[in-house]
Amino acid sequence: MEIKEFIEHFAEQFDDTEQSEFKPETVFHELDEYSSLIALSIIAMVDEEYGVTLNANDMSSAVTIEDLFNTVKSKAE
Amino acid sequence: MVGVNPFSLEGKTILITGGAGGIGAAAAKTCVGLGARVILTDIREDALKTILASLPTSSMVEPNLCFTADLTDAEQLAALVDFCPQLDGVVCNAGVMKLTLTQFITEEEIIRIQKINLNAPILLTRSLLKKKKVKKGGSIVFTASAAGVYRVSPGNGIYATTKCGIDAFMRTVALEFGPKGIRCNSVNPGMVETALIGSFTEEQKEKERQNYPLRRFAQPEDIANGIAYLLSDAASFVTGTALKIDGGMTLG
Repeated sequence: MEIKEFIEHFAEQFDDTEQSEFKPETVFHELDEYSSLIALSIIAMVDEEYGVTLNANDMSSAVTIEDLFNTVKSKAE
Repeated sequence: MVGVNPFSLEGKTILITGGAGGIGAAAAKTCVGLGARVILTDIREDALKTILASLPTSSMVEPNLCFTADLTDAEQLAALVDFCPQLDGVVCNAGVMKLTLTQFITEEEIIRIQKINLNAPILLTRSLLKKKKVKKGGSIVFTASAAGVYRVSPGNGIYATTKCGIDAFMRTVALEFGPKGIRCNSVNPGMVETALIGSFTEEQKEKERQNYPLRRFAQPEDIANGIAYLLSDAASFVTGTALKIDGGMTLG
């Protein structure tokens, strides 16, 4: 599981945010476009791409995209 | 703003499913007449080509196109989505109807009708949105029905059920994609003079016509005009709406 690929999938859930904004250290809750609908689409993307079920707590406790990547990685193992 | 026509579809590329059918073909003609270019799809290849050939030339640089596909087949649906350029409008119009009284309903018929009327439009919408093929400011229109959503009639249970499903899905997409600037609505016809109502006898049709205050069934063009309105910028603040086009049938 590569973080580069994870970030690409993560970024696909957004429409208006510049691609350059998506980095491992990005605090994604603070992105203007981030919303409960986007959170739902990230949860669905993670289920589809990685076979991992994230809960609301996983989403809120992750601060950066890398944090979320690590959560997904640990659940996938 | 003199001279600007909000009902114009100039510069818009619009995908229409069921393009060889009565309402689909009328919608194609109306859209092209209003300045759009259309991409028509249908399972009936010969009829589709005939409709495409009968359309006026697109006023846009790109030509009108057609793509034969069975949208209940996942591979063919995916091929259609890949074929489509960026779209300003999507008309999920393909559908079937069969009259069956409740005690004669079979599971095979439920599955067949549901796949065409409900699963295919949901899955097509899903794929187009997921692949970001619908532009910001775009409009999705479903051909739902007065049946199920506004009234029911004997023998039409399965069809009406699928149209209720489309109604709920249409409103859900409107809610989810409103923030992204994509609108979603439906047209809800009563009886339309197309091949779809071929299963009614002349006597049934004449009796049914008495339920219409305007004393006629819709022509496909009546429905096409509603579709064109919902696709146009004239409807830019309209989303989640089920537009009844039924000659007043559901009033009584």
